[in-house]
Amino acid sequence: MSDIKYWVWLSSIPSIGAKKAMELLKHFGDPENLWHASKNDLIKFKNLKPVQINQILSSNYRDEAEKHLENMHKHGIYLVRWKDSCYPEMLKNIYDPPIVLYVKGKLRNVFRMVAIVGSRRATTYGKEITERISYELARYGIGITSGMARGIDTCAHNGALKAGGYTIAVLGCGLDKAYPEENEILMNEIISKEGAVISEYPPGTLPKQYNFPARNRIISGLSDSVIVVEAGEKSGSLITANLAAEQGREVFAVPGNINSKYSRGTNKLIKDGACVFTDLSDIIDDIKYTANLNDGDDNILVNNIINKLEGNERIIAECLKNEALHIDAIASGSGLDMNTVNTLLIIMEMKGIIKQLPGKMFKIK
Amino acid sequence: MISKIKSCGLIGIDGYIVDVEVDTSNGIPAFEIVGLGDAAVKESKERVKSAIKNSGYEFFSKRLTVNLAPANLKKEGSAFDLPIAVGILLSMGQILYEEIDDHMIVGELSLDGTVKPVKGILPMAICAMQSGIRNFVLPAENADEAAVVKDVNILPVKHLKDLIEYFNKEKPIKRHVIDIDKIFSKNTKQRFDFADVKGQENVKRALEVAASGAHNVIMLGSPGSGKTMLAKRLPSILPALTFKEALEVTKIYSIAGLLPPKTSLITTRPFRSPHHTISDISLIGGGRIPKPGEVSLAHYGVLFLDELPEFSKEALEVLRQPLEDGVVSISRVNASLVYPADTMLVCAANPCKCGNYMDPEKQCTCTPSQIQKYLGRLSGPLLDRIDIHIEVRSVKYKQLEATEPTESSEKIRERVNRARAIQLDRYKDTNIFTNSQLEPAMMNKYCKLDSKCRELLRNAFEKLGLSARAHNRILKVARTIADMDESEEIKENHLAEAIQYRSLDRKFWNV
Repeated sequence: MSDIKYWVWLSSIPSIGAKKAMELLKHFGDPENLWHASKNDLIKFKNLKPVQINQILSSNYRDEAEKHLENMHKHGIYLVRWKDSCYPEMLKNIYDPPIVLYVKGKLRNVFRMVAIVGSRRATTYGKEITERISYELARYGIGITSGMARGIDTCAHNGALKAGGYTIAVLGCGLDKAYPEENEILMNEIISKEGAVISEYPPGTLPKQYNFPARNRIISGLSDSVIVVEAGEKSGSLITANLAAEQGREVFAVPGNINSKYSRGTNKLIKDGACVFTDLSDIIDDIKYTANLNDGDDNILVNNIINKLEGNERIIAECLKNEALHIDAIASGSGLDMNTVNTLLIIMEMKGIIKQLPGKMFKIK
Repeated sequence: MISKIKSCGLIGIDGYIVDVEVDTSNGIPAFEIVGLGDAAVKESKERVKSAIKNSGYEFFSKRLTVNLAPANLKKEGSAFDLPIAVGILLSMGQILYEEIDDHMIVGELSLDGTVKPVKGILPMAICAMQSGIRNFVLPAENADEAAVVKDVNILPVKHLKDLIEYFNKEKPIKRHVIDIDKIFSKNTKQRFDFADVKGQENVKRALEVAASGAHNVIMLGSPGSGKTMLAKRLPSILPALTFKEALEVTKIYSIAGLLPPKTSLITTRPFRSPHHTISDISLIGGGRIPKPGEVSLAHYGVLFLDELPEFSKEALEVLRQPLEDGVVSISRVNASLVYPADTMLVCAANPCKCGNYMDPEKQCTCTPSQIQKYLGRLSGPLLDRIDIHIEVRSVKYKQLEATEPTESSEKIRERVNRARAIQLDRYKDTNIFTNSQLEPAMMNKYCKLDSKCRELLRNAFEKLGLSARAHNRILKVARTIADMDESEEIKENHLAEAIQYRSLDRKFWNV
């Protein structure tokens, strides 16, 4: 038990990064040895700057480690050390793996992990496609990694959860609080549905800007492939994509409208040689693949729905067969009165046949 | 010698008789006006003096005391110039007339004796009628406005001299008469017509429902989607003003001094769209010298608040009382005034700061918290008074080009009138007129649901994530839709359509 304290301590020293920590571990064998090391021992190690030596010897961080342990206990956070068996294998192979992971929920070995990342400000198209990709992948038992940020990340987790799949959220702050705040519900859902929320930072760490690129390396590090759904020109997802490429992961980009500034990043990735993601089979070619994201089977499903309907409901469903439409377009397309259309749409929505989108748009579910 | 002339003051939107008493006596020459007059009233002595002299009459150097009774009410404005002048001339013996008691006189004087128009003529004329005064002497420019009131002889004067000659029976003044029915039928045509609006069928339908039940409305949509255009056309489908309503509206405009020249009666429903920088006082009325606010100016018409979230919080909060009661009460130390404010509230709002949230084509540049904050500025109690939410989307160019005829306001209005007639008949034993005024207690009686409808409503709440405050509003709107369908009972399809008009309660708007 007391062993954990030394690990927490080592991970909380600000000037010691993951890379340096790993070197120290190799030299001293164990954080406990480092804790007891004298100034001379540290100087002999040669690879340390004075600041780092001072911080290692400082009592501040040693006292804080106790507090961290208390907080971890309070928030149900546990520690996974680099040498532990449940430390993700994939993550060990990267250039600078974190020496410890703070974990809430369950770290599981899944035969394949895919990271889905993208812009926080996503379009409806981006969100919808993310949820669908994530849902389908999770149905094949593939785990989904993402960063629990707003927009695409949230949808990625949601999709996996809906399919009852496994998902890991990697945060750039301590696990004592959800970031962004509104995702607290999502965080709890991930934990309660046996997913995991992890971070390399001890509880109480604030979501500082510079934590996020570091977090991105864990997202890609945990995964076999990375799918970037929507990214602006300077999106952080592009950092993830670059890191993933460096780590030797496959990078996929979902192509977007060339006019949309939210797809400039992904389109640029494609230009730079990323794989184009249009279909699940791009990722799971070795799995017998039956469903298709785009058409074919989907239309059969829609046709099945339509065939079951009668009268005016059927007329409306026929209008919506190929695309989501505005209520005015449905009325003019079906030739029905506006009051009838209004009524039928809400009734069909309640029956679960169609779905209302913001702006009085409707589509078949 | 003492003389007494009848004139008129204003309190709220009503007039009251003011007796202008003038006493001339020998002594050191002086000119005093008492009776709580404001600066304009005090200054009238200079105008009166010059006007009398310049009209060719004499202003004797005597001790003059003018009293405006009742002396405990504050009097404002320049309307007492003319009665004071007449009173002075009478007490100095330059006018000889016995029937002067049967005249009410108002008007401002210019230094050369010309009579200038004053504010609030219509309520004064009504006051004269109610007090049984048969003749109303007033500035010629105000004649049209006053002539709406029958049973009172309207005697317009252009110059002080005309009036003196009339009293001295040297030259009569011609009674001013107008044909009210003609004005009424001629001026009811609205400037804007729904026939000009291409597409937007669902919005038009929603506005028709709103007009039929006098429901308050909020429209959400990106800039340029046509919210203002649609709102401006709403008065054209509301039932035409009755004579009594027109009189009341005109009274408010008359008091506020906003009646256009040469207008005797406002015959169309007013449409007011104050800018969002408006203060709370100018919105509901009041001020040191109380004036009716925009809510009252929109009486029996439409109050359109564009960019609703941009209005100051205070301004929106003070709206709550008039929306509930249909009147604005303003209390001052001396008196408390009541301005009528029975208006239909129509609001428009962008869905977010940049305006493009939820737009299928344009990209929104707001962060989620910005979006949440933007509509979050609208307080729950205000939204509680809005029954219908409409999402408006910009029309595609193709639709603008379309030449198929769109329905005219006249046709829509016929249907609205029918629905209103049904409501009037149903509520004839109560104190309400439209479905929007239904109180929770009445709903049990008038908005009964059968088991099928109750099931539908329960389902809607569970599956669509509606918030609880939607319940009563849905029932009211469903009642209106049933009335439009001339159906005694609220049926499933009426209820379903009403649910369609609760966009803001849906989860996706609460991000």
